[in-house]
Amino acid sequence: MESITLNFPVLTYITFFPLIGIIAILLLKKESVGAIRWTAAFFSFVPLVLSIYLVWFYLSSMGTGLLFDINNQTAGFVFDFENPLVWFPQVNIFYHMGADGLSVPMIFLTGLLSFVSIFVSFSIKDRVKEYFAWFLLLEVGMFGVFSALDFFLFYIFWEIMLVPMYFLIGVWGGPRREYAAIKFFLYTLFGSVFMLIGILALYFTTGTLDMLELIRQNAIYSHLFQMWVFAGFFIAFAIKVPVWPFHTWLPDAHVEAPTAVSVILAGILLKMGTYGILRVSFPMFPEATKAYTVPIAILGLIGIIYGALVSMAQKDLKKLVAYSSVSHMGYCMLGMAAITTVGVSGCLFQMFSHGVITGALFILVGVIYERAHTREIAAFGGLGVKLPVFTGIFVLFGMASLGLPGMSGFVSEFMVFVGSYQTVFFGKWIVIIAVLGVVLTAGYILRMIQRMFLGQFNTKWEGLTEINGREIFTVAPLAILTVLIGVYPKVLNVFLKDTVDNLVKLILG
Amino acid sequence: MINLSLIIPQVFLFGWAGLILIIDFFKKGESRKGLGYFALLGLAITAVLTVAADYGNGFFGTYVSDDYGKLFNIIFILSAMLTILASVDFAEIRLKHKGEYYGLLLFAVVGMMFLSGANELITLYVSLELATIPLYVLAAFLKKDLKSTEAGLKYVIIGGASSAILLFGISLLYGLSGTTFLADIQSWNLTAAKLNLGLALSLVLFIAGFGFKLAAAPFHMWAPDVYEGAPTPVTAFLSVASKAAGLVAFVRIFFSPLLIAQTDWVLILEIVAVLAMVIGNFVALLQSNIKRMLAYSSIAQVGYVLVALCAGNGYSIIGMMIFLMAYVFANIGAFMIAIGYSNMTGSDEISDYAGMIRRNPLATVMMTIFMLSLVGIPPTAGFLGKYWLFAAAVKGHLYWLVVVAVLMSVVSLFYYINVVRIMVFQRREDESKLYYGPALGLGVTISGVMVILICVLPATFFEWASRAVKAFFPEL
Repeated sequence: MESITLNFPVLTYITFFPLIGIIAILLLKKESVGAIRWTAAFFSFVPLVLSIYLVWFYLSSMGTGLLFDINNQTAGFVFDFENPLVWFPQVNIFYHMGADGLSVPMIFLTGLLSFVSIFVSFSIKDRVKEYFAWFLLLEVGMFGVFSALDFFLFYIFWEIMLVPMYFLIGVWGGPRREYAAIKFFLYTLFGSVFMLIGILALYFTTGTLDMLELIRQNAIYSHLFQMWVFAGFFIAFAIKVPVWPFHTWLPDAHVEAPTAVSVILAGILLKMGTYGILRVSFPMFPEATKAYTVPIAILGLIGIIYGALVSMAQKDLKKLVAYSSVSHMGYCMLGMAAITTVGVSGCLFQMFSHGVITGALFILVGVIYERAHTREIAAFGGLGVKLPVFTGIFVLFGMASLGLPGMSGFVSEFMVFVGSYQTVFFGKWIVIIAVLGVVLTAGYILRMIQRMFLGQFNTKWEGLTEINGREIFTVAPLAILTVLIGVYPKVLNVFLKDTVDNLVKLILG
Repeated sequence: MINLSLIIPQVFLFGWAGLILIIDFFKKGESRKGLGYFALLGLAITAVLTVAADYGNGFFGTYVSDDYGKLFNIIFILSAMLTILASVDFAEIRLKHKGEYYGLLLFAVVGMMFLSGANELITLYVSLELATIPLYVLAAFLKKDLKSTEAGLKYVIIGGASSAILLFGISLLYGLSGTTFLADIQSWNLTAAKLNLGLALSLVLFIAGFGFKLAAAPFHMWAPDVYEGAPTPVTAFLSVASKAAGLVAFVRIFFSPLLIAQTDWVLILEIVAVLAMVIGNFVALLQSNIKRMLAYSSIAQVGYVLVALCAGNGYSIIGMMIFLMAYVFANIGAFMIAIGYSNMTGSDEISDYAGMIRRNPLATVMMTIFMLSLVGIPPTAGFLGKYWLFAAAVKGHLYWLVVVAVLMSVVSLFYYINVVRIMVFQRREDESKLYYGPALGLGVTISGVMVILICVLPATFFEWASRAVKAFFPEL
């Protein structure tokens, strides 16, 4: 097997660097808030730089021709180590880290959003030391999930994230934070234990936990086995996405979480669900995948329409953005269920662009909430007069979210529709109804923009201050990415193309 | 063959316990802290002797020394050591007869260490009694405290009754097979191809008898009262070591001579496992007292072990061993936090833990680690333990049982994390600092480090567990 190994174990460094940051922060005095903030920023900046190096390395190795080979399913990966390190030898568990076209963009997105979120979190005043320590632990878990190629390792990273998330929502969240935190924890744990059973079942069928090896052996799983284990994994991933009807934890968690945590939740955590399906369920259980395409597409469709309709009814701005996530992740599900190159690419585009756009929207919601102490849409009006810059940025991301051409949201939704229209697995009526979702999205976004930023200025908000430099700094990279992908989608597609081709061929056989 | 060299650790510890009683007699003054550390030293030496002890059969085949027994002995010794670390301050404040307290604890460990090697039913029974009788006394050790007296009485009555049930089971098995030696029963059982009524009855009696010792539902009703009433370090010891003692003997009988009858006992055991998990977890949800919460949750924890034992394969034992190693540290660790808190404030109510993060951040972090381990969230030892327990059941195709077990683990998250929630999220008026002192501090730190270490470096611990399995499944 020919494989590409990184010059030095970048993924390991990326994943565990924030861990050093936790130790550094714990050594600092509780009172030296500034030092803690900048330490956290530094320890999330280095992984960002390393992830950019990873992106560069991945791009440059694609030219070598070594990365892609359809018959060899481990192709398309760069590995930390040529041979996975032995971790738990008796039972074939290895420390196996690698990245391919699926995970490289997600690792970069994780690095970027974590770094941005640390800056967003500078406004946290209470228990600063604990906050940043938990935040960096969360970052470790996120990087780990996207890099781990051994199921045992994957599961550990998957679960590690729950604990910091629980504390971040529960301590620094809104009024109903404790309820939201435990609901999030219980829901996700409920999902992951089914994944655990699936992992064990796979282990006793094959004797290995190496995810690539499990994909290579996918021919030996019986049809019944595939159907059951796929279902087990699907519960875990669907709760994370969240697919309707497993979405009820999401609005609570999003609304109660502090701004930066909402950004991470929407930007990264939801993507882990779809990432898991594409990394685990689809390639390992191709037969079950083909059998389940219609239910997945219908769940995606329900998510699109339901999420959009519920968003329309929201009075709270943050809740609106939260429910719009349910709707947008529905496009992901629809795109991947198509199992066409365009559809799956569309799903990955949507994962990336939704992470960027919704992350930015949550930051902007946080900006206005910190100033006005309310998120009620009806309480605002005519803000465009008072806060032109803020309004401009908000409208930009609003347009991206509703899929205006020229923005990344348009590219991804377009690809999802094209891809799912081509599919042989489900009828075109699903796509036709799904397209209506775009109209609904436009409806709630435009209405929200109109009620908040246009019309008569509500003089109550005379004292509002304009978005400051730090806040602009946090959304600027996201705005650049949104427009860049919207205008020139190839920047993202170049990573995905071969991996997606491989994946689709693998499933269709 | 007598082969005395096999039991050197037990004899040594027995002598050391006697020495403690004698020193206590001559010692002046009230403080017995030194005696606690002296007992700790004895246990440490015993641990070394245990590792170095010979292998083989002794005492005409009634006692066997193998890796399985040795690993369990280490678990007993470790839990006794942690219990003593938890007791040193507690004893100074609450107990009158501290010398006897340490002595009895060591005697109980001696009994358990004989039990782990018992290869014959009468030896097994006598060792079990030697292990539990000191515990009856220890449960009632707070003489002036009504709850403690009640605990002791309840424990002695239920313990006696369950011993009688076990003895009845033993006598039936003896009557059927004509021998009390486990090895001989095994060869008899091979010839008795079909199940007869006598064997069925004896299986039921064995499960009921051990069920009481393990506090598995529906034989658990003594546990919450005894756990609440007994001095807290004794509760910690009961919830870990005495359960491990029940398991060591249970597996010795059910995985060698009676494994062939697995199809006959598996159904009863499955019912006990499900009841233990469901009752333990759901009743634990309602508890407001930390000792009662941990008591009910320990009923549930035994349920998880029984899930694995139902499968009757090598992974069952691996899972049980790793789970117990994790459980020793996590559960006694949690008890140590509770003991320290109660030493300082006199309260065992979970709601009083509010604001703990400000009063003692390290203790809060440690408690978080212990609770996560008890739920089974990585990177803690409890995850690894549950992973292998469930692996055994998946290997045995007991899928529905695993589904129940994982769902119950999710339920358990609610009450375990509740402790953390109150410690971290809630505030209180009086947020003065709390200091746990050197003994508890050491115990808690060791436990916390071990809980993480077992998951991060699992290979070593797995190696020990898989060597222990060789006693039953040589090919694994």
